[in-house]
Amino acid sequence: MLKAVGPIHDTSTRQAVLAVLVENEPGVLARVIGLFSGRGYNIDSLTVAPVDEEKQLSRITIVTSGTAMVIEQIKAQLDRLVPVHKVADLTVEGPHIARELALIKVAGTGDRRVEALRIADAFRARVVDATTESFVFEMTGATDKLDAFVALMRPLGLVEVSRTGIVAIARGPKGIDG
Amino acid sequence: MTSTETLSGADIVLRALRDQGVDVIFGYPGGAVLPIYDALFQQTAIRHILVRHEQAAVHAAEGYARSTGKVGVVLVTSGPGATNAVTGLVDALMDSIPLVCLTGQVPTHLIGNDAFQEADTTGITRPATKHNYLVREVNALGRILHEAFYVARSGRPGPVVVDLPKDVLISRGVYHGVPTTPHRSYRPVVDPDPQAIAHAARLLKHAKRPIVYAGGGLINSGPEASRLLTEFVRLTGFPCTNTLMGLGSFPASDPQFLGMLGMHGTYEANLAMHGCDVMLNIGARFDDRVTGRLRDFSPNSLKIHADIDPSSINKNVRVDCAIVGDATRVLSALIAAWKADPAKPDAGALAAWWKQIDLWRSRECLRYRQDPRSGAVIKPQHAVKRLYEIVRETGRDVFVTTEVGQHQMWAAQFWKFDRPNRWLTSGGLGTMGYGLPAAMGAQIAHPDALVIDIAGEASILMNIQEMSTLAQYRLPVKVFILNNEYMGMVRQWQELLHGGRYSESYSAALPDFVKLAESFHAVGLRAKTLGDLDDVIREMLAVNRPVIADICVDKHENCFPMIPSGAAHNEMILGPEDEAPPGTAQPGVTEEGMVLV
Repeated sequence: MLKAVGPIHDTSTRQAVLAVLVENEPGVLARVIGLFSGRGYNIDSLTVAPVDEEKQLSRITIVTSGTAMVIEQIKAQLDRLVPVHKVADLTVEGPHIARELALIKVAGTGDRRVEALRIADAFRARVVDATTESFVFEMTGATDKLDAFVALMRPLGLVEVSRTGIVAIARGPKGIDG
Repeated sequence: MTSTETLSGADIVLRALRDQGVDVIFGYPGGAVLPIYDALFQQTAIRHILVRHEQAAVHAAEGYARSTGKVGVVLVTSGPGATNAVTGLVDALMDSIPLVCLTGQVPTHLIGNDAFQEADTTGITRPATKHNYLVREVNALGRILHEAFYVARSGRPGPVVVDLPKDVLISRGVYHGVPTTPHRSYRPVVDPDPQAIAHAARLLKHAKRPIVYAGGGLINSGPEASRLLTEFVRLTGFPCTNTLMGLGSFPASDPQFLGMLGMHGTYEANLAMHGCDVMLNIGARFDDRVTGRLRDFSPNSLKIHADIDPSSINKNVRVDCAIVGDATRVLSALIAAWKADPAKPDAGALAAWWKQIDLWRSRECLRYRQDPRSGAVIKPQHAVKRLYEIVRETGRDVFVTTEVGQHQMWAAQFWKFDRPNRWLTSGGLGTMGYGLPAAMGAQIAHPDALVIDIAGEASILMNIQEMSTLAQYRLPVKVFILNNEYMGMVRQWQELLHGGRYSESYSAALPDFVKLAESFHAVGLRAKTLGDLDDVIREMLAVNRPVIADICVDKHENCFPMIPSGAAHNEMILGPEDEAPPGTAQPGVTEEGMVLV
């Protein structure tokens, strides 16, 4: 006989990266976001773009956090939305790659400007815009790398940051629908 | 029809409804849907029932759907037509009732312009429906309508809105019939996993204190599910309890039935849930009215949960064996697995369990004391009990609807449903004003049946305008009002939780329900004391017209048993008639429970 699982829930939380394949149709993002706000789930980041013109599919990457039971709920709730084709929890379905893109504007002159450029080079950030008193850096990487870079730019004249949020994909040969 | 032939959007709507087997719709006209009303006028295949308020159209369609197992159809106009329908849509969403609601919309070129009678209907109804559509193009209309019916009835059923801009209804396009290919993305699992079934059967075979807990999913799955549930329960010899939504899925007259469980459920059902070692939940969702305080809910049991909606599993209560599937298929697989498993159930343990249950039963938790004198005040429980007994004498097929409150719980406790689809009540949303329009829908679907709305004097006023619809269509619905001159459940909570401060719960300035009935071309009856009760009931049943029976009942009667908010199943409050064994304390309401509804 199995041991009864008590109703006292595991309260430790974890972050989950969910990949959601949806119909590319009006209102689909509103359904997903409405589900999260209506049921009180967290959205740490969310990205969306069409990924298959022919099949009319978009892919939403959602980073969320909660207890194991809540994350299981989120997946089940997403999965029963009519225009949702597939929900994958990349954090538990084997290794995955998660990347974010950021555009970072830094203004300054003299030593501060040189130092910003030197650090950007070390982080492999690209200069995509420059004036005599500013740079816009483009940087792709894991979230913590971007966080570290932004923190270093702050004393060097950080003006503003624009970030995409995470996009993610599983390692290995298998696709999300496979 | 060739694929090049074109129809107007309005004709496509009616064609699609006919192809879906729709013969009746509930609605209310307005500017944006005039093309559909014009098309309705020129045909006879689809009957339109004109309600007096759009909320009632949705509840009527719910009553129709719940009593027939078919998809209910609603037609309302844009703006206020759609917003008035929202309560009904959420009601259907919470209780998993299949509906298609067609809403008018301003023409596509005006959408977003704050046009007259414009509302963002798809935006407003997104969380109020299972799914919704805005049709932007007439050639997509046929496909979308058929998809709407498919979504409404498949998997866990629910309401679907199709928003129809007026220009789409007027322009001509090609009609696409019922699709033959499966839906691109929405394909709910209906066949249970054989391994999960085998696991469940094994757990059940080894149970010493089992219980079967069955809910509304049984009703939605169709009458075969109820038949199989009955077969399974009798095969195993297990006790069975029903949720409010599941009443009728197992015959209440069967000795293995423990009555309804939950907040106002029976003592034996709740204590059996609390003390069981294996629980089989089929088609119920561990609702908070059922579980009470979650951390003390059935603390020592292995839980098996079969549901067609995977998101209902492990939502509130962590279960040990999850089965995703349709209740009919789950039950037939379980019966087969039970029979195939050579292990013998523990007959001795089961007999001891029944002995314990019989001890709980002997508390007679639904007991009330009716003064037998003719001039005595009528107890509301007694009114429901006599109504049930007298109706049963007639042998007629009966559909019972309710409003929401004490009368609803007394109806659930005292009416013994032996068949599914005969009990129509607003469970999840708890919508006052549900019962009268739902009764209308049930009577339309079953013109020769007896349809009774057991009501309260407060709830009935929320959709009283539908008396006019009853008159227009000569629907002989019986409205049986338990009139205690209070919003009784509010008053009861104020008595138990708020120091008897009856804030705004007195039903002041009530109408004279007899005269009100007469002004709506119905028959009005009143029972003032016990001596009137049976005569009023018999007269109500004898008249082949709509009736309001105003039953003046005890103003201060409370509904027991009751699990106070935030309490556990074994902390029930029993009524004043209970003869508790010495030393047992009646629990009170905790501060933690006060915040709950």
